[in-house]
Amino acid sequence: MAADNRQVDQPPSFWALLRTTAGRGPAPYVLILAYAAIVSALLLFNPTTGLGTDMVVVLFLLLMFVIYRAPTMLAFKLTLGTILLAVVMPVFGVLNPFYIDVVTKAGMFAALALGLNVVVGFAGLLDLGYVAFFAVGAYLWGIFSTPQISNIVPGMEPLHGSWFWLFLAIGLAVGAFFGVLLGLPVLRLRGDYLAIVTLGLGEVIRVLATNLDRPINITNGAQGIKDIGRPPLFVEPVFQALGINISRVQEYQLYFYFLVLLVLALTVFVVHRLNNSRIGRAWTAIREDETAAIAMGIPLVRMKLLAFAVGASFAGTMGVIFSALQTFINPPTFDLLRSIGILSMVILGGMGSIPGTMLGAVIVTLLDLQLLPRIASELAALQRRGVPIPSWFDPAQYQRLLFGLLLIIMMIFRPEGLLPEDRRRQELHHDEPEPAPEPKTAAQVSESAQSAEG
Amino acid sequence: MALLEAKHVTKQFGGLTAVNDVSLTIEAGSIVSVIGPNGAGKTTFFNVLTGIYKPTKGTIIFDGKDITGLRPDQITALGICRTFQNIRLFNAMTVLENVLVGMHTRLHAGLWQIILGTSAVRAEERAALERARELLRFVNLDHQRNQLARNLPYGDQRRLEIARALASSPKLILLDEPTAGMNPQETAEATDLIRRLRDELGITVVLIEHDMRVVMTISERITVLDYGTKIAEGLPEEIRSNPRVIEAYLGKGAAAHGVER
Repeated sequence: MAADNRQVDQPPSFWALLRTTAGRGPAPYVLILAYAAIVSALLLFNPTTGLGTDMVVVLFLLLMFVIYRAPTMLAFKLTLGTILLAVVMPVFGVLNPFYIDVVTKAGMFAALALGLNVVVGFAGLLDLGYVAFFAVGAYLWGIFSTPQISNIVPGMEPLHGSWFWLFLAIGLAVGAFFGVLLGLPVLRLRGDYLAIVTLGLGEVIRVLATNLDRPINITNGAQGIKDIGRPPLFVEPVFQALGINISRVQEYQLYFYFLVLLVLALTVFVVHRLNNSRIGRAWTAIREDETAAIAMGIPLVRMKLLAFAVGASFAGTMGVIFSALQTFINPPTFDLLRSIGILSMVILGGMGSIPGTMLGAVIVTLLDLQLLPRIASELAALQRRGVPIPSWFDPAQYQRLLFGLLLIIMMIFRPEGLLPEDRRRQELHHDEPEPAPEPKTAAQVSESAQSAEG
Repeated sequence: MALLEAKHVTKQFGGLTAVNDVSLTIEAGSIVSVIGPNGAGKTTFFNVLTGIYKPTKGTIIFDGKDITGLRPDQITALGICRTFQNIRLFNAMTVLENVLVGMHTRLHAGLWQIILGTSAVRAEERAALERARELLRFVNLDHQRNQLARNLPYGDQRRLEIARALASSPKLILLDEPTAGMNPQETAEATDLIRRLRDELGITVVLIEHDMRVVMTISERITVLDYGTKIAEGLPEEIRSNPRVIEAYLGKGAAAHGVER
């Protein structure tokens, strides 16, 4: 991986500057509370759908990263983050059901990107077929919760929605299994070759999904699987007791929002733990110099397969959630472009960096699903109102161009990503003050020089 | 007692025989040099000993065990570690992390233990940090521990490579040109450090070296390779006066007496 040339003599970052000006004493608390209050108020008191609210949603999600980086007490960060994500966002979601879907998708892609980050960012194994594991999870639940299953196991009824919970775990295991399965043939490959083979394997899964409708109809081919089961809602009585009356659609929206949030939190937790362990260090060592890593006693095969398995397991679970959320899946959902999209989240945010990857996922998802289509439709509206935009210019056609330009500009001016990997400053907790390096006495030096002469 | 015994080791790459029927016995607690002109097969021999290459023929006995054909990580776990001719640190990792990576075979936390963050894992990590800093103090790099490895000066990088190798608690350390590219003072310090590896830590040292002053100063025995074949073995004085060695190596002129690489 071309992961070099980073962090060398970086000028002080934006965050460093912010820290010196607004990072002292009570200032960060006041600033962040003000930011949170303004954004929350805008969301809750003006829940209309439009470009303005789009921007506020972006600001809301960026606030999460500001809180993460802020020089404040951990308890403050956790409390504020919880209030914003568990109260403000859901209430806004009830007021305007349009946005919470986008936020749920952003969370889902954040978890996927984190999984890919384990493979690409930590272990340095460029995987262009990552979406295959997502597909495996999605088809797993898609098949077992619909009549498709009776084609494979004659006489078996589709599973009830309450099996969904178990399938989150099964999706994890099956994802990991496929991660190892697809990891095995590429163990000896590095760099470009690895990328091409994983690309091929990813396509194999998609093509299998398209063509496994004969001789036994497993995947229902190009038509995809519809009416995928959803988990039963258990929060309805709570809502009724509280006197809140919302539709089933909205209840499911909130349900999946919280589920994705929970799985994302678990993913962050697990990835963080692994990254700061002997396993994470072994991955980074493999990324940095495979030969040296081998010579230092790192079992290459085991560690690479572990990276593939861990990365794929998150995708497997997210696939299960995705299929239940969409209730419909078909092969084109899992094409190469989706893999590239997830990879671009990782690279845009900062390879190897957990918050960076999540930020990349949020930004790419919002641009993709929300901002660019919105800008296009606003421009189209202006056009209709007679603003002199040439008639051959169809804004909707140009949104991918804008996205591509953004990526290019990012990579030229900030190739290390938005929130690059912080080299961990591992200190002992009871760290003593820094002793000055002991200079060798002249006598010692001349002594050793003499013995070297001898 | 022989710590390492290489018996008739041969390594061929296609038609090229890089190491040809080399036998070598290394006594525990000794400092041994392997010398020879460029391309003599010294580094290949190291790669065979550490398991990066499998020997075409021959056996290698380490500490009473046959290690021929074992994987590099298994060999490291048994107690052989090495440094590289062209420094191969993990550049984007800190100095401390580099040493912690070297400790991989000595740590035992499994996937689930790490995810659950059991007290055993935390205790192990604490002990590992403690030990890593001990090693960094040994090579006088502790004050640099949070630097990225790539930002260290050359001499420090060489010492960090040694500290990283020490982290695997080796019985035998293989140093591939540890003083290459160093000025006389750095060379003197490096020589000093190599001695301390044996004297203070009791580690057997094998080094490949081109600087004849270093070789003659610290080696107790010297093995000379030329075109993959062992042409001489013995005490430094014997090697110095061995006509075959002079022909093959020192005979190339006065340059061989200085720094050659």
